Amino acid sequence: MIAYVVRRLALSVVVVWGLATVTFFMLHLLVPGDPVRRALGPRASEETISNLRHQLGFDRPVLEQYGSFLGGLLHGDLGTSLSLSAPVSQILGDRILPSALLIAYGLVVAFAIGLPLGILSAIRPNGTADHGVRIGTTFVFGMPVFWLGLILALVFGLKLGWFPVSGYRSGVGGTFKTLTLPALTLGLSLVVIVTRTLRSNLINVLKSEYIEAARSRGLSERRIIGKLAMRNAIMPTFTILGALIGYLIGGTVVIEQVYQIPGAGSLLVRSILQRDFQTVLAVTLISGAAVVTVSFLTDVLQAVLDPRVRLEGKS
Amino acid sequence: MSLLTISGLGVEFGPRAAPLSAVRDVSLTVDPGEVIGLVGESGSGKSLTSRAIMRMVPSPGRISAGEIYFDGRDVMAMSSKELRSFRAHDVGMIFQDPFSSLNPVFKVGAQITETLRANLGLGRAEARSTAIDMLERVGIPRPEQHFSSYPHELSGGMRQRVMIALATASRPRFLLADEPTTALDVTTQKQILTLLATMRRDFDMAMLLVSHDFGVIAQMCDRVAVMYGGQIVESGPVEAIYRTPQHPYTRALLASVPELDAVDQRSRPTPLEGYPPEIGPVRDECVFVERCPSARPDCRSGRMSLEQVGTRHHSACPFEGRPAEGAQSPVAKERVV
Ligand SMILES: Nc1ncnc2c1ncn2[C@@H]1O[C@H](COP(=O)(O)OP(=O)(O)OP(=O)(O)O)[C@@H](O)[C@H]1O
Ligand SMILES: [Mg+2]
Repeated sequence: MIAYVVRRLALSVVVVWGLATVTFFMLHLLVPGDPVRRALGPRASEETISNLRHQLGFDRPVLEQYGSFLGGLLHGDLGTSLSLSAPVSQILGDRILPSALLIAYGLVVAFAIGLPLGILSAIRPNGTADHGVRIGTTFVFGMPVFWLGLILALVFGLKLGWFPVSGYRSGVGGTFKTLTLPALTLGLSLVVIVTRTLRSNLINVLKSEYIEAARSRGLSERRIIGKLAMRNAIMPTFTILGALIGYLIGGTVVIEQVYQIPGAGSLLVRSILQRDFQTVLAVTLISGAAVVTVSFLTDVLQAVLDPRVRLEGKS
Repeated sequence: MSLLTISGLGVEFGPRAAPLSAVRDVSLTVDPGEVIGLVGESGSGKSLTSRAIMRMVPSPGRISAGEIYFDGRDVMAMSSKELRSFRAHDVGMIFQDPFSSLNPVFKVGAQITETLRANLGLGRAEARSTAIDMLERVGIPRPEQHFSSYPHELSGGMRQRVMIALATASRPRFLLADEPTTALDVTTQKQILTLLATMRRDFDMAMLLVSHDFGVIAQMCDRVAVMYGGQIVESGPVEAIYRTPQHPYTRALLASVPELDAVDQRSRPTPLEGYPPEIGPVRDECVFVERCPSARPDCRSGRMSLEQVGTRHHSACPFEGRPAEGAQSPVAKERVV
């Protein structure tokens, strides 16, 4: 088990390093537009521009810049934001919490709605409930996220007035008020994935001989589905969501725009428009690290829940 | 009075308008404490018959005809609640593959205590000590330690022992064992059969043992029913079936069993030619006619029915097996040599 964890950790580090490298070179070699010119505005003189460029080290060869970027990373230094004139880590620090809360809240919504629907569909495959759930969830899934967000804002924000339609406030009450609609948007777009994955896994598990054996011992369907089969079927659902964390992060970018939430997603959009490479790099790296960490955690969770995985890791 | 009475059991697949019959007109009685064997080729309907007793025919299959009485109670008429209690207390079932019949993500002990707590209402500690006693009873070494093992940490034989402990957890009066040793090697097979015999005696259980191995049946059973194409073609005391088989299929089956010839190196098992019938519409002819070495025109007219040919001995072939006129059975021949 320990060897397994260490191997997975080493792999994670390599993946994050690869991501940093690819993003760095893409930004420096492929993206048009001069960040320094952008930051100083159209009326800055050529001299000011080349001075600042020199000061920031942007006139050095790309490989050298890459070297100092990696060096900074190792010390936890993400550089300085050009457009906001502040350390990137400090800017990000304020922005990550709303995004992380949005994702976590969205996942809770997705599971709270998706698990019961998945079970309902699996109890009678191709029954009325199954078809109803399939049509409903596919319909919601078919809507673009920004569209779904706008509809929810319109109905629950403007028409019913239950929640504010934009902005973010911290604290438990503030988070609940301002993040419920965004989280609902994110969660609803994921429900179909939770439901379909759980449904197909549960159907397979319910056909298996150990479930038949449990039935032959007279255990109730409630116990069989709720306790025994769910334990077998839920793991692949977690794993899928682990793989989808990238999609989730992408979703927050759109949703934060729709609801005007000052999170990492809206920071990313802003920084790209400003050619603020340091900040873009930092946000990309942090999301990449989040993806890697989550997939690492789901793997470990899987090993905890399914003893056979542990065995594979050992050998 | 018999413990279990099945009469006219039918199991079907396919559309109701044009059903495909997998089990037809099966009748069987089991007395308390008696061991009945169910033998026949693959696909002959043994598993479906044994599952029907617990009303566990896998969908889309369905019980289409027949009556099942257990201890005077009408199993077919049971509500789902009564059925659950019937499965929980009166019958136990062991499956062929002891790996796929144990849940891989729960510890062995947890699976037993779950059953004990749900069915017998035991408390946590009581369930635990009972489970450990049961593991010990079925011959699991170091039961306290193996209580916390996962199924994949046990050998096939040990897993089947756990299955036996599970199936007998509430001391049922009837045990269904569907090829309990087919997935095991020969040595383990013997141990498991011995364990089953011991458990049967200690708990005074009746047992339905499904197997396609006549050797196993001969060793374990009081009576045996031979199935072919979804029907019972011959049934009777093991001794009678073994020494004086009446139906051509039974004889062919006995002749194809290597164990029975083992003493005589010269006689090779002669496998039956052709393939068993697929499930299909019911036809008014003998099920075995296509492969029967002594089929005659009469065999194609009229559905077959079991007729008494001896004490508790029935055969569905009206022509064969009368020692005076029919050909001698392969087994009988061998004994002459
Ligand atoms: N789910 C199903 N759908 C269609 N036909 C089925 C199904 N299950 C069983 N059958 C058919 O019913 C017949 C009897 O099956 P059954 O499992 O009872 O055979 P068996 O005697 O137990 O064979 P084996 O020795 O292989 O276990 C077979 O011909 C099989 O093809
Ligand atoms: Mg079978």
